[in-house]
Amino acid sequence: MAHSHTKKKSVVWDWLTTVDHKKIAILYLVAGGFFFLVGGLEAILMRIQLMGPTQEFVDGATFNQLLTMHGTTMIFLAAMPLIFAFMNAVVPLQIGARDVAFPFINSLGFWLFFFGGLLLNLSWFFGGAPDAGWTAYAPLSSSDLYSGSGVDYYILGLQIAGIGTLAGGINFLVTIINMRAPGMTYMRMPLFTWTVFVASALILFAFPALTVGLALLMFDRLFDTNFFNVAAGGNITIWEHLFWIFGHPEVYILILPAFGILSEVIPVFARKRLFGYTSMVFAVALIGFLGFMVWVHHMFTVGLGPIANAIFSIATMAIAIPTGIKIFNWLFTLWGGQIRFDTANLWALGFLPTFVLGGVTGVMLSVPSADYQYHDSYFVVAHFHYVIVGGVVFGLFAGLFYWWPKMFGTLLHEGLGKWQFWLFFIGFHLTFFPQHWLGLMGMPRRVFTYLPDQGLDEGNLISTIGALFMGVATIILLVNIFITARSKVRAGNDPWDARTLEWAISSPPPEYNFAQTPLVRGYDPLWVEKMDGRTELTPAEPLGDIHMPNGSIIPFIMSVGLFIAGFGFIGSNLPAILIGMGTTLVAMFFRSVIDDHGYHIHKEDLEKDLKEGK
Amino acid sequence: MKIWQKLSRIVPLFALLTLVLSGCGRDNLTALVPKGEGAEINYSMMMISLYIMIGVLVVVFAIYTYVVIKYRKRPGQENVIPKQTEGNHLLELVWTVIPIILLIILAIPTVITTFELAEDYSKDENAVKINVKAYLYWWDFEYPEYGVRTAQDLYMPTGERVSIALTSEDVIHSFWVPTLQGKMDNNPGEENVMWISANEPGVYRGKCAELCGVSHALMDFKVIALDRPEFDKWIEAMQAPPKEMTTPLAIEGQQLFESKGCIGCHAVGEQKFEMAGPNLKNFGEREVVAGILYYENEQEQRDQIANWLINTMELKPGNKMGKQVLTQDEVDALVEYLINLKVLED
Repeated sequence: MAHSHTKKKSVVWDWLTTVDHKKIAILYLVAGGFFFLVGGLEAILMRIQLMGPTQEFVDGATFNQLLTMHGTTMIFLAAMPLIFAFMNAVVPLQIGARDVAFPFINSLGFWLFFFGGLLLNLSWFFGGAPDAGWTAYAPLSSSDLYSGSGVDYYILGLQIAGIGTLAGGINFLVTIINMRAPGMTYMRMPLFTWTVFVASALILFAFPALTVGLALLMFDRLFDTNFFNVAAGGNITIWEHLFWIFGHPEVYILILPAFGILSEVIPVFARKRLFGYTSMVFAVALIGFLGFMVWVHHMFTVGLGPIANAIFSIATMAIAIPTGIKIFNWLFTLWGGQIRFDTANLWALGFLPTFVLGGVTGVMLSVPSADYQYHDSYFVVAHFHYVIVGGVVFGLFAGLFYWWPKMFGTLLHEGLGKWQFWLFFIGFHLTFFPQHWLGLMGMPRRVFTYLPDQGLDEGNLISTIGALFMGVATIILLVNIFITARSKVRAGNDPWDARTLEWAISSPPPEYNFAQTPLVRGYDPLWVEKMDGRTELTPAEPLGDIHMPNGSIIPFIMSVGLFIAGFGFIGSNLPAILIGMGTTLVAMFFRSVIDDHGYHIHKEDLEKDLKEGK
Repeated sequence: MKIWQKLSRIVPLFALLTLVLSGCGRDNLTALVPKGEGAEINYSMMMISLYIMIGVLVVVFAIYTYVVIKYRKRPGQENVIPKQTEGNHLLELVWTVIPIILLIILAIPTVITTFELAEDYSKDENAVKINVKAYLYWWDFEYPEYGVRTAQDLYMPTGERVSIALTSEDVIHSFWVPTLQGKMDNNPGEENVMWISANEPGVYRGKCAELCGVSHALMDFKVIALDRPEFDKWIEAMQAPPKEMTTPLAIEGQQLFESKGCIGCHAVGEQKFEMAGPNLKNFGEREVVAGILYYENEQEQRDQIANWLINTMELKPGNKMGKQVLTQDEVDALVEYLINLKVLED
């Protein structure tokens, strides 16, 4: 089976079948970026509706679909895959590996996410999008008396995408445990890899709760069971628990890798080693652990009683401690450095004060006796956007500008990048800062309109103007990407004078990553080599043939099968269910019986690549 | 609890500043100008946590500003490599221990007030008890001790803690009167108990705070706080049998109300069972028609009632009343009848 890797394939076929983590990263980036635009558009439509009191730009039914899809899209279809994009692009390189542990599953994870997201969004064209909120509280979501058929798309779409995420999480756990280069001990791992490691563990334990919840919801909606039917003895609070046992760790699944990106960007642009590495690692692990202990702070008003509320309140406050440690460590990494203000670092420096503001309101929200006012008001909307946009999205933008040259070999335009940053940064604060007051002045979240003469008009107008700023900033990013893609200015291996392994190889890296597996001689391995006056890594092995996995169309087919079956379940269409499940099963069968040994890249080819400076 | 409230009043400067900066909102809706004991507790906890957090913000922002200005890369530094500091145990200890102390300071009043707000007055003989049941998209208020039931306008006495029992007929709603008390959910199939109190008479705006469907944004209600004698008078008036209609038009309206089947969902007067629509016994005295249609005078009130009768489904999409087919004369008669459904005036 060892045919040569030079065999020509069509471009489309290549992308559909690829198992190369670097290409899968680009797939995640494109798909996640697309859904980010969709979710952003939904947000802008909502903000236009709320620009003034009693407007009729969209009606209540449409607004509920917009708010549900905005939340669901941004969390599951934008933030998660964009995180996965950087996980794929960077982690194997940072640990000196040639690929992830299970390249096939990596591809499967992407296609499951993609088709799950597609299924969810197709609801717009088939009877309306889900309208029960991204939290889909039962019985609003569990009975078609109260919500539209769109909720079926939510359930099936998320279930399919969720399998992909779970597979991805497991894959990265195994990769990071097993595939580190010689010398890359746990306590030498770059912090981004550490955060991905902890986030993957969170995925492993958090997503099953969502899977179970969605299964119960699916049974109630499609097969008339009564898990959430109070009249038949069901219990609605169970959904809230299951959702938030998943939902709270999910916040950390998103923010920890963003912390990781920051911990890569700040040392590079301050030209200093990360301050307090050990405490950073323990802080990440502790945040991940405590993340499972606090879900009830989303449920303080459910009526679980003062004992439960008090316990979860204090557990929530405890998270502020490791988070504070991280903030101070970043500040003291900057202290005494030589700070450069490239766009990547602008995003990181914008992250710090913004995220601190979100963290501060987080501590305020942890106080139940005050939270009764904040809960389900615009105060909460402001808080979690400070965390998710000011934290996760700023972090992702920092990562985008930082790793773009490594992923594509070109540098994004700095001037446009700075325009985008300032417009987005100002727009963000204009949008969300007034929302703290809107909430305290009595504006509940998820309202499609509000009456005049309630003191809510100015805040909402400012908020909408801010949202338009962010919209313009996003268009500038698209222009930047377009210009960069056309200009084709090569970036070089190490444009930022960076410290970790991925910057030692060419941009973009060859498909085998490292011609010779590197020997890691300390924390910040590339910096260590630089300080010893070397420009290359110390190899841990002689140059030899490299074993590579073959591409496969099977992950794509398996995902298409589940996509068809999902449609079948939604429409209660038995043939479609059977065809879809059958397709997936047949694909799984072939995966099991075909003996795929992969192929080898020969030493001579590697030597040729090296000579060409790849 | 009192200490914390006092503490929050000693340092109202910042609160004042924020109010000046941004306005404090409508005074019977905002949580920033509490008018009830519950909201005062909420507010004091907001302020305590805010002060502590502002302390944190000042420190972080100061360090941030300093490093970003002081440690910018300057020309000529290319060949100077900054000291690669690994960490500093003392510093790291400091920013671990200080937050722990701050959080303990915050946690103590948090726990105390959380229990304070969870006091249960449902067995207290002296407390007025009100069963609040939420429906898509309106509120039913029952006073079980008095055999009184009303909707949309919750009447309560001032200066005492009133026990509220929350349930829902359909989906989850949430009972929120920001000026008086933070919110609590109305769950179907489970009862939540809370208390609420108002320091002074007034009309306070209430809202549903949990997404409940198409007209979630329109599910407003009012709390009308009366001094105790006034409240007792209201209860007495509600207990009396409905007054006879006097004008011919109102009597015609009453007959239409029965013949058109309105009465199948709306009780007028005593109501033993739950019904699909709100009790209309004091409909003519509602502060607002259907929770959202405001008026200044009687003519506007008539217009708004007519508006509601004709455009029900447009005004509150998804509500259970359904489109009513009525002639203009029928609307006039019904308006005359409904506006005269009063208990207090003579």
